[in-house]
Formats: sequence, C-alpha cells, structure tokens
Amino acid sequence: MADYNTMELMIVTGARELKSGASVAVGTGAPCAAAMLAQKTHASDLLIIFEAGGIDPQLPEMPISVGDSRTIWKACQATSMTDTMELFCRGMVDYTFLGGAQIDMYGNLNSTRIGPDHQKPKVRFPGSGGANDFGSFCWNMMVMTPQDSKRFAEKCDYITTPGYLEGGDSRDKSGLAKGSGPYRVITNMAVMDFEPKSKRMRIKSINPGYSEKDVRDNCGFELLAHKQIAETHHPTKKELTVLREEVDPYRYVIGR
Amino acid sequence: MDVIDEGVGRLFTDPDADNARAHFKTKSRALTNKLMSLKDAVAKYVHDGEYLAIGGFGANRTPIAACHEIVRQKKKNMAFAGHTSTHDFQVLCAGKVFNKLDIAYIVGLEARGLSSNARKYMQSGEVEVSEWTNYCLSARLKAAAMGISFVPIRNVMGTDTFKFSGAKIIECPFTGQKYAAMPALWPDVSVIHVHEADMYGNCRIRDITVSDLDLAKASKHLIITCERLIPNEEIRREPTLTLIPFFCVDAVCEVPYGAYPGVMAYEYFSDEEHIREWLTVEKDPEAFKEFLDKNIYNVESHFDYIRLHGGMEKMLALRDKELMTTGNGNNG
Repeated sequence: MADYNTMELMIVTGARELKSGASVAVGTGAPCAAAMLAQKTHASDLLIIFEAGGIDPQLPEMPISVGDSRTIWKACQATSMTDTMELFCRGMVDYTFLGGAQIDMYGNLNSTRIGPDHQKPKVRFPGSGGANDFGSFCWNMMVMTPQDSKRFAEKCDYITTPGYLEGGDSRDKSGLAKGSGPYRVITNMAVMDFEPKSKRMRIKSINPGYSEKDVRDNCGFELLAHKQIAETHHPTKKELTVLREEVDPYRYVIGR
Repeated sequence: MDVIDEGVGRLFTDPDADNARAHFKTKSRALTNKLMSLKDAVAKYVHDGEYLAIGGFGANRTPIAACHEIVRQKKKNMAFAGHTSTHDFQVLCAGKVFNKLDIAYIVGLEARGLSSNARKYMQSGEVEVSEWTNYCLSARLKAAAMGISFVPIRNVMGTDTFKFSGAKIIECPFTGQKYAAMPALWPDVSVIHVHEADMYGNCRIRDITVSDLDLAKASKHLIITCERLIPNEEIRREPTLTLIPFFCVDAVCEVPYGAYPGVMAYEYFSDEEHIREWLTVEKDPEAFKEFLDKNIYNVESHFDYIRLHGGMEKMLALRDKELMTTGNGNNG
C-alpha cells in the first residue's frame, strides 16, 4: 500500500471531484489544498473563487485567510464580497467544500453553537461566515471532515447551513435555489453521496483500511449504502508529489 | 406584502429609509480638510451605545490601529457588525466594546484557530446576538447604500440562521418565489483602512473591497485611516481610481501600517508571530491583562505599538513577505 496519511487521501479525493472548466469556491486549509491540487493535476482550467473577492489567483502558497493578499496574487480580478456572492446567486459556482462541528443525515451543518440557549451557548463557534451562503446556492456542496458518532449527529443542535433540510423535497419547498445542495461527504473513513429521492446520506466508497462496520460505528445516524460499495482509490504517486512539494510544502494542512 | 415567516433576532438599527435620508440630508457635501489624529477622530465620532462597523476582512486591510484606539478610549455598550471579523473582533472583545452583535463570522481567526477570550465573552451571556451570514450583512449594507429599507436574497431559508436572524420571508410579486428580506443596515459610525486618501477623504484601495464600498455609503459617519496621504491633484489626475468619494467621509487619519499586525495588500504581510502571541496569551487571564496594558492601554499611539514589535525593521521584513522578495528586511 502507498505511504500516505488520511488528510492526504481526503484532499486527493476532494480534488478528483473538481472538473476542469468548472468553478470552485474555497476556504482556507484542506479545501484550498484540494482546489490547488486539482488545478495542478487534472483540472488546469479550474476557476478558483474566494468569497472575500479574490477571483482566479495563481496562488503562490496557501492563504491564511480567504481575504488575504495571496487570494489576489496574479489574479484576474480583485472584487467585492457582494460581487462573489452574486456569482453564487446567478448559478455560476459549481463546487465548494464546507465543514462543521455537526452534520446530520441530510447534510445540514452546524458551525454556530453547542447547547440549547442561543444567547448563552455552551460552546460558541464562528457561525455561518459564508457557509450558509455557499450551502444555499452552490450546485455541488461537498463536506470534508473527520468522522465520529458525535460529529455525525442524529440531530444538529443548530442548523447553520442548509443541506437537504428535512429530506425529500423540503429543500426545494423552502425557497432555496433548485438543483443545488450537498453532493459528497468526504471523511477519513469513507465517501458518501445522497440518495436522490429521500436525500439521505449514503455510503459510496470506503477508504483503504476501514470496514463498513467502522463507518457505521462512527456515525450517529443510519447511513444508506450503494448496492455495491467501492473502495476509495489510493492517491497516485503524482498526486502525492504535487500535494507535498507544490501545494503544501510546509505541511500546514497535510501535517495535521 | 405578506410576511410568510420571521426570525426572532432583534434589529439593532432602524431600517426606515426616510429616517436615514433625514440624516444624509444634513451630511456635509463640502470639500473641506478632514485631517485629524486618530485619537481625535475616535473621540469625535465613536460614541458609547451606538452602532459600529469595521471595514476590511478580519486581519486583511482592517483598521487595527482604530480598533486599538476605540478600546483605549474605553468605548462601551456599542452594537457591532461581526461581519468577516477576526482579529478586529478579538481586539474589540478584549475591551468589551460591544454588547449587541450582528453575527456573520466571529470568534475565529480562520486558519489560525479560535480566540479563547472572544469565545469566553460570547459564552458569558453578556452579549445579545442576532445571526446572519456574510452575504446577509453585505446585502443589508447594499440596501442601505441603495437608500431602501430591505433587499430580498435567497439564502438562509429553512435554517436556524434564519430563525435567529431579524430577517423576514416574503413572496415575489412577479413569480411567487420565496425570498429572505434583509433589512437595511445604516451604522452610526464605521472605520475603513485604505491605501491612499486625500485630505478631503477621496480614497483609493488596491485590494479586494469586501463590503467596504457599500459600507462607506451606508455609514452615517465614516472615519478613514490611510497608509499614505496624497494630494487632491493626484486624485483629480486619475479619478477612475477613486473608490470612496469625499462626501461619504468625516475624518481622514494618516496611519501608516494601520492594519498591522494584519495584511495590507502590496504593502506588508501579517505578523503571524505576534498574532500567535495574542492567541496564546489570551488563555491566561492575568497574563492577558498585562499584555493589554503593555500593547494597548499604556501605549500612546499605533506607532508606539509598532515600535514594541520590531519597528521599521519588522515592517520591512513584512514587506519582503508580502511581495515574496528577500533582502528588504535586512535593510535596517
């Protein structure tokens, strides 16, 4: 078996979903690494968008912030946040990666609080930032996160960002943009998609070294599964080389 | 228009367009010299209990010098737009400047981690909150810039972010589509840091503009801090570069390195070592108190603060980092 860590596998798996000629809105860390890796391997024509206003930069290194000056390094445009959000609204953003403290079976995400009292939360997180906006409009929203039964919760304490809400056609009925929504959930153990009718999370492939039991034991709700569950592909030598030498040479993300 | 649903969050400002117009009717259109010290600008325009907004994006082109001055002058009980706020939020929390908060992004410093002191303050129950998103607050400022009381946008529906916001869901009169109506946000006072300004307040920004152009139009009072003061002739030589016009602006303060320890595009990169010091020292309340005395309360100005952290030599090294050059930092 090739020598790589879980974070490297998740980033490579995420990168493979990004098609050349498509657009992706990214945050810092693993999502940015995935977009950079895709651009430097199979998707040279990937349009990278930073919500604060950086459009199509030639990233010299990984940004620390989605608004720092690296996000406009040799970029095509340095614009406003309203302008990039309007790109989402007009249906011009194909992919994004989000995360959160909790995710439920419909891909709804919590990045706001733990505990019942909103004015005095037990644990306060940053809140939506742009996550709700991304989740409301992006055609294919992906989640990249480590998996355990607390994080993969039966019910989120708070829904910051919409997935498929209560499943079925509830997202369309809510008024959110039709045809948009969660697409993949990429964890340290598996890759999930969503069953088209119920909109419930479903095991698509399992990462090398893990079993279906591991995936189910580390999930707080019942996962559906494809009839044939595949094994997630190993990273190639080339993907690992580009990731380690060009995308994240200081191991900020892959060293975690 | 029928309201289909509404959030429980309180509005901390009045969304009425005519009330806003009544204020802007009185705002000066005169081309006058607005230069003053940052200390005077904060004393004159930032008032306890009023609504404050900060431009830039967290630790990028953020008027950190002004945030320090607001804390130093012990402004209290303000409402604040926690819009893409990171290090600025951390600084304002250190002074407990606000106790009413519109939240899009708070507590975190993105890839750097979370501010333990900001988190403690937000978990104390002392701050009344309404929840929004980055786009919600951008849209609220856009509505204000347009001089209308709300704009309809298509996010938040179906989530708790809507439930704890002050937004309302309405139906499009043309298509029947549901929209979340975002109430206009007219801050009492805002501070925006720019690259260049003239003494009247005409501003140039060489960077992403985040929500600053709408914020400049929406703010009842606007303090500009700039890296460099430039002559009005230069503004008039190339008017296409003016992003904020003078009549939006009430005070102009020349504060070079005014975004330090954050990033200023094409000028200097962030001082990550010092930001890490902030994140570390916050964990020990006694040490944090000493740190704030040393860096904010017992400091006269931003220049003293910069001197404490390596002075001009450090600034040149940060320019090296920003431009991805080498050698400039050894020029001290």
